[in-house]
Amino acid sequence: MKKITILMFVVCMAPFSLFGSEPGMSLDSAPVNTIDNASLQRGAESFVNYCLTCHGASFMRYNRHRDIGFTNEQILDKLVFTGQKVGDLMQSAMWKKEGEEWFGVVPPDLSVIARSRGADWLYTYLRAFYRDDSTVTGWNNLVFDRAAMPHVLYQLQGEQKLVVKTSDKGEQKTLVLDKQGEMTKAEFDKFVGDLVNYLVYLGEPHANARKELGFIVMAFLLGMLVLSYALKREYWKDIH
Amino acid sequence: MADSFSINDEMSGRRKFLVAATSVAGGIAGAAIATPFLLSMMPSERAKAAGAPVEVDISKLEPGMLIMVEWRGKVVWVLNRTPEMLETLVKVEGELADPNSDKKQQPEYAKNRTRSIKPAILIIEGVCTHLGCSPVFRKEIAPADLGPDWLGGFFCPCHGSKFDLAGRVYKSVPAPTNLVVPPHTYLSDSRLLIGSESEGSA
Amino acid sequence: MSKLFNSMIEWVDKRFPLTSNWRAHLSEYYAPKNFNFWYFFGSLALLVLVNQLITGIFLTMNYKPDASLAFSSVEYIMRDVDYGWLIRYMHSTGASMFFVVVYLHMFRGMMYGSYRKPRELLWLIGMVIFFVLMSLAFTGYILPWGQMSYWGAQVIVSMFGAIPTIGETLQHWLLGDFTLSDAALNRFFAYHVVTLPLILLILVFAHILALHEVGSNNPDGIEIKQNKNPTTGIPVDGIPFHPYYSVKDIVGVVVFLMVFCGIIFFAPEMGGYFLEYNNFIPANTLQTPDHIAPVWYFTPYYSMLRAVTVNFLWVDAKLWGVILMAGSVVIFCFLPWLDRSPVKSIRYKGAYFKTALTLFVISFFVLGWLGTKSPTPLYTLLAQIFTVIYFAFFILMPWYSKIDKTKPEPKRVKE
Repeated sequence: MKKITILMFVVCMAPFSLFGSEPGMSLDSAPVNTIDNASLQRGAESFVNYCLTCHGASFMRYNRHRDIGFTNEQILDKLVFTGQKVGDLMQSAMWKKEGEEWFGVVPPDLSVIARSRGADWLYTYLRAFYRDDSTVTGWNNLVFDRAAMPHVLYQLQGEQKLVVKTSDKGEQKTLVLDKQGEMTKAEFDKFVGDLVNYLVYLGEPHANARKELGFIVMAFLLGMLVLSYALKREYWKDIH
Repeated sequence: MADSFSINDEMSGRRKFLVAATSVAGGIAGAAIATPFLLSMMPSERAKAAGAPVEVDISKLEPGMLIMVEWRGKVVWVLNRTPEMLETLVKVEGELADPNSDKKQQPEYAKNRTRSIKPAILIIEGVCTHLGCSPVFRKEIAPADLGPDWLGGFFCPCHGSKFDLAGRVYKSVPAPTNLVVPPHTYLSDSRLLIGSESEGSA
Repeated sequence: MSKLFNSMIEWVDKRFPLTSNWRAHLSEYYAPKNFNFWYFFGSLALLVLVNQLITGIFLTMNYKPDASLAFSSVEYIMRDVDYGWLIRYMHSTGASMFFVVVYLHMFRGMMYGSYRKPRELLWLIGMVIFFVLMSLAFTGYILPWGQMSYWGAQVIVSMFGAIPTIGETLQHWLLGDFTLSDAALNRFFAYHVVTLPLILLILVFAHILALHEVGSNNPDGIEIKQNKNPTTGIPVDGIPFHPYYSVKDIVGVVVFLMVFCGIIFFAPEMGGYFLEYNNFIPANTLQTPDHIAPVWYFTPYYSMLRAVTVNFLWVDAKLWGVILMAGSVVIFCFLPWLDRSPVKSIRYKGAYFKTALTLFVISFFVLGWLGTKSPTPLYTLLAQIFTVIYFAFFILMPWYSKIDKTKPEPKRVKE
């Protein structure tokens, strides 16, 4: 009997990652820390500046950013550009139809993108653009072949090119910086790291509150366990 | 063969204590679980955003003119009263139920004869205090249906309640109180903010 | 105070069988005294049912069963409704935990022979509850209208198309359209929030009535009612459900809640098993995700559906897959008549049954694991092998349970 129980436990603990990714491409680990408000605030500003033009985050309200330490005035000042109200949803500045004409697809809403793609994928993706003249946009991506999105951050990162090495282990694809951008590699990694951290927050803004409440609930249940077990012991003295 | 258990009718002190303690803890847990469910029924962030204060430009509001503004799904009237209209406020006072606005149907800054910050500009919710219909603005004097004593005001078609040009209710009509003056403030001479008393909360 | 209380009870008793029902089902319902932890899962299933009903009602207050609004209304609940995220996670985690608890509850029955005479009908009602539960899970999973909702439902509904002659018409009738669309979402919502919960409640009521008619089985698989105290008429191995099992079940409930809340507050997606990553992408009717898999509790059956790759006996592989999948669930209903062992509990059964049950559990898990993977030739072969083992457990049972070397059952339950 014990064996079956142990077996079930082992199977339940089986590999816990179901994110899909391009075969053979290993993802870099994103520096996610959703209690680092400074990082989230930098990420929020980058998001509004670089992403919100084409993508919406249409399930998120601007005033929700009080979560990450902004005041209403700071939100209006730093995040809201289009004359919207502080309680409005973060809609894209672009019409869906335009997006389809420009990119061939409607740029997806990014509210829950970190929950479907995963932080590591986003972190790798945003840093894996390279020059490819065979595509419509002139850009290609190592983790998302023929992505419809151009390299929005190229001024910061610079231009990368693809180097393919063929060895007996097969093809090995690496990216090499061809033209230096405004940022060094470390600066750019940090920039994207903040942005991805923000996207993780954006996917589940209540996550920190959820965990805080969780500790209180678990502590209460622990007390309840002691109490209810004592009660059970007391009553079961009757059984002989 | 005897039974496998023996219940004592008299509970031991320890047992009594544990039953009480578990019941109290269970009660706390029940209340704690109920709280988020009850709170989930409060106005959501969307409702709060939709109910946010509304800014109105009144620079083009001519004397005698009334505009309707929507705030929190309710109609709010902004009426620019002419000097003649303001004069009627004194004349009708004898027939009003609460001429001094003693009942708290307005913020402190609107507890005066004109029920407004600027005497001419009336800001008032167009919701009858009887059963929530929206009264009609009747500025004509002595129309056939309202009788010769009518000096202009608001008339509720549902149940016949009457209000003067400051939204004060007449005596012996179904509505019990004056119309409600919502919180409001002037951001500048011609920019009015309805729903809030300070700019910051916009 | 207690005098007033007593006279109130008396007033009610003259008009409603309150005290008599309290006695019959709680304070004088005698359950075997040797229940182990496996016997928690019945009451836990009831707890999860209540959780699903209450959280479900609150979700319907804000959810919109409309293909263009459904996805965003779920995110609206998660973000704009106060504590909406908590209610939604309680419901989504509850769905998975319902299956965890019910699978363990069923496995308990298989170990201790709880399906055997006189509990055949109790087992059958339980099986119908399981079918309704699966329908509830299916219709509920569609509602968020994400990619997995859409394509998962597409696959399930297409199975009806495998039925000869009437398949296509049946499919259109089920969908109310020629494809999966708003019409289907709207009616599946109706099933999920009204029809199926109502049926489920009635069945659960019947399940408990039937249980209290025949009495609970126990880990020794012997009938405590056959050995009663001649003076009191109470089974000598029985103890009143209340207070003894009610206080014991509270402990079980608290332990369960610790697991349940642990998931809700610290891992609501449960690594993509409880909430699938692709379901955070709104349904796109033109593009199937690279990899689709049903939620974990359906994956064993899904594996069997995919395992059949050849046509035989004038029936094509698709239909065989559907038949096999339906059969893999329905076959549980025949257990009371397949088991020919002279004893009920695994404690007194021989090596054949123990081996068979172990192989069955392994094949259930392996099939479940395979169901989450994209099929490769190796995986398909594995699925085929374990499908055979899965069915062999049932089909060969009349034979191996009869020739199995059993131990004699004791007269009294063991402590």
